[in-house]
Amino acid sequence: MADKIPRQKMPQQDPAKRIHNFNEVPLGYDENTAVLEASRCLQCRRPTCVEGCPVNINIPGFIKALKEGNPLEAFAVIKQTNSLPAVCGRVCPQEDQCEKLCVLAKKGEPVAIGNLERYVADFEREKEHYAFQKVKAEKGKKVAIIGSGPAGLTAAGDLARMGYSVTVFEALHKAGGVLVYGIPEFRLPKDIVQYEVDALKAMGVTIELSRVIGTAETVNDLLSSGFDAVFVATGAGLPLFLDIPGENLQGVYSANEYLTRSNLMKAYRFPEYDTPIVKGDRVAVVGGGNVAMDSARTALRLGSKEVYIIYRRSKKEMPARIEEVERAEEEGIIFKLLTNPVRFIGDEKGRIKAVECIQMELGEPDASGRRSPIPVKGSEFIIDIDVAIIAIGNGPNPLIPKTTPGLDTTKRGNIVADPQTMKTSKRGVFAGGDIVTGAATVIQAMGAGKKAAKAIDEYLSTGVW
Amino acid sequence: MYTIIQNTKISTNVGKIVIEAPYIAQHRKAGQFVIIIVDEVGERIPLTIADADKEKGTITLYYQIVGTSTHKLSLKKEGEELYNVAGPLGHPTDIHNYGTAVCVGGGIGIAAVNPIAVAMKEAGNYCINIIGARNKELLILEQELKVKSDQIIVTTDDGSYGIKGFVTDELKKILDSRKVDIVVAVGPVPMMKAVSELTRTYNVKTLVSLNSIMVDGTGMCGGCRVTVDGKKQFTCVDGPEFDAHLVDFDELMKRLNTYKDQEKESFEKHTCQLEKYHGR
Ligand SMILES: Cc1cc2nc3c(=O)[nH]c(=O)nc-3n(C[C@H](O)[C@H](O)[C@H](O)COP(=O)(O)OP(=O)(O)OC[C@H]3O[C@@H](n4cnc5c(N)ncnc54)[C@H](O)[C@@H]3O)c2cc1C
Ligand SMILES: Cc1cc2nc3c(=O)[nH]c(=O)nc-3n(C[C@H](O)[C@H](O)[C@H](O)COP(=O)(O)OP(=O)(O)OC[C@H]3O[C@@H](n4cnc5c(N)ncnc54)[C@H](O)[C@@H]3O)c2cc1C
Ligand code: SF4
Ligand code: FES
Repeated sequence: MADKIPRQKMPQQDPAKRIHNFNEVPLGYDENTAVLEASRCLQCRRPTCVEGCPVNINIPGFIKALKEGNPLEAFAVIKQTNSLPAVCGRVCPQEDQCEKLCVLAKKGEPVAIGNLERYVADFEREKEHYAFQKVKAEKGKKVAIIGSGPAGLTAAGDLARMGYSVTVFEALHKAGGVLVYGIPEFRLPKDIVQYEVDALKAMGVTIELSRVIGTAETVNDLLSSGFDAVFVATGAGLPLFLDIPGENLQGVYSANEYLTRSNLMKAYRFPEYDTPIVKGDRVAVVGGGNVAMDSARTALRLGSKEVYIIYRRSKKEMPARIEEVERAEEEGIIFKLLTNPVRFIGDEKGRIKAVECIQMELGEPDASGRRSPIPVKGSEFIIDIDVAIIAIGNGPNPLIPKTTPGLDTTKRGNIVADPQTMKTSKRGVFAGGDIVTGAATVIQAMGAGKKAAKAIDEYLSTGVW
Repeated sequence: MYTIIQNTKISTNVGKIVIEAPYIAQHRKAGQFVIIIVDEVGERIPLTIADADKEKGTITLYYQIVGTSTHKLSLKKEGEELYNVAGPLGHPTDIHNYGTAVCVGGGIGIAAVNPIAVAMKEAGNYCINIIGARNKELLILEQELKVKSDQIIVTTDDGSYGIKGFVTDELKKILDSRKVDIVVAVGPVPMMKAVSELTRTYNVKTLVSLNSIMVDGTGMCGGCRVTVDGKKQFTCVDGPEFDAHLVDFDELMKRLNTYKDQEKESFEKHTCQLEKYHGR
């Protein structure tokens, strides 16, 4: 019966309109649609979807409450394991996590778990406003958290609830990590992140903004100045470049810089806001992940006429979420697949004017299991552009490892941490999120935050390392 | 939060601002900088920490009024607040007793060279300071640098004060007349480039403090990238000081022009609003 009802479509802003504004693209379910979609859930006795969720939300539980007309109860169920449902409902790659393992996925379309999660969280935020209570820091112990991305915020919430006095140190002037500087407003409104941060503050978590750990004070300084444990959650915030000629021309950006200017600094509202950004008529984005899609779609909204995604493999290998690729296509982004840039070409003033690319073909599968791209000899061609955005990934920021003796890192510079306890090689120091795993997902970073909080509690209660 | 204790114009287009920022005052070292945001719609702009008072918990910055942000900063009054001040950022200068140190400051770069010169002197160096500006009006910190050095030389391009000529002319005379162990130069890029080319021929170790355009200042955006010794370096976390003889100054100069047109647009809008505000 349930499988007779089709998966409810998410209403969206019309592509022709949305490319001219920064408002959210998916509009959210209304009550009827949400309940209808919830009724598709089979309430499996052994729900496999839960295993697909890195924080094991009681998915059938919350969906049942929603179906019975109890969104607030549904919210409470989700909140038991996930502190940022409004965020996850929007940005989780559900198709690879919970929804992939939904029983209905085998026969047809899985339950739209992410959309329902979003509905429940939005309902609570917009209509009810949960009364966040100040929790007492009765444990008498202090924990420092470095970085306010999803890993840091999750650990902060859990530790505060357990009775620890928690201070989050954040290098930027706003809390949220990638959620505020990277993911654009049209995918994740910044008010939602702020709401979560405010909730933490209301609980009693101290957030010290504009505090870069490692330049003045180090991790050791924090430990010797009264913090009993430190959780390093500094993310993957070191932009990688192609290292090809012309990469330092004016108008060549890392995705981090481009997105930070636009999101965090609101350059899309320049000159009302003071931060400038080179808009460009023809923009090339190099890469095929979420970051590339976000950059390309941001460029369109800034008024660019032609926006290219240059990706060296085929669409099948693209790491971006399918949904985001589809939206980018609807919006008119031009995909140059099996294409790789070889150099950027500038004018006499040092401003970018074109990119030379080479055609690629797919060879044998490499270590990652993906077929490796090989350049086709003599296939070079030139695309005229005035902005290029490099979105080929991020490495770990070396600041903390460099200034923390005794903290082991991998060859790539990621901090080594036990996958269960997030313990590092240094007593009292835990690490999790992208700084440990390399660029991953919001919910995985949150999962790491939860594990760390639990292990920090154990360590501080028993004194055993 | 970041209360302004004092904000005064010290020449036609240079202001001096003292801000309450106890954490930064406590921790900063010579050569480091802050990133400030003037108001809620403001951009993040880097400024060198010229001085600090640990007891009072204040820091002193000097700013040249060139565009919207620095102009807005100049309009801020004592008792008002800045939206944000982040720091200290960047590596401190590698200060020790080299022997003879020559600190060269050009224009607003004099503010940046000031704490370095003081620290060099305190570390036991024989310290010669050369400061220069286009004209007398633009010269700052002469008195401060005079009392904290063994020798001071002042130049102006137009000869309206001190010796007529460029700082490099005077630096050359010193290099010809005595042994110099280190040169530190801060100023406009063409001036740092000229100093670098000069000291290269004398084989004297030279440090410059680069002023790339920055956003976060934490190594996250890569916007401040410069080429040093053929390698990509981020000014905010790998610098701001680098070995002058290895820096690609021409590339830096070009990158600094990235927002020329937009800065003009922003400044025009800003001044136009001010006119409205003053009922003109
Ligand atoms: C553009 C973009 C789009 C993405 N889209 C998705 C998506 O759709 N779905 C998804 O699941 N994931 C997505 N991701 C990935 C996801 O955002 C990250 O995996 C996640 O944010 C990692 O969380 P984190 O807490 O480890 O670190 P971050 O979110 O990176 O936060 C780290 C924080 O630490 C701060 N910090 C760093 N060093 C210091 C220091 N020394 N002192 C003080 N503070 C410091 C940083 O300023 C930052 O605020 C995207 C990433 C990007 C860049
Ligand atoms: C590490 C560091 C330390 C600095 N210390 C000082 C200081 O102590 N005092 C001071 O007055 N300035 C300093 N600067 C330069 C200062 O940051 C810029 O002058 C300021 O950002 C200009 O902002 P604006 O909005 O007023 O001007 P804008 O409208 O942004 O620019 C106006 C003009 O200034 C140029 N400009 C823009 N940004 C910079 C920049 N980062 N460096 C040089 N020129 C720029 C533009 O090309 C343009 O011609 C420093 C820069 C760095 C990177
Ligand atoms: S948090 Fe993410 S993976 Fe877990 S149920 Fe929600 S959408 Fe699915
Ligand atoms: S200012 Fe962003 S990396 Fe240096």
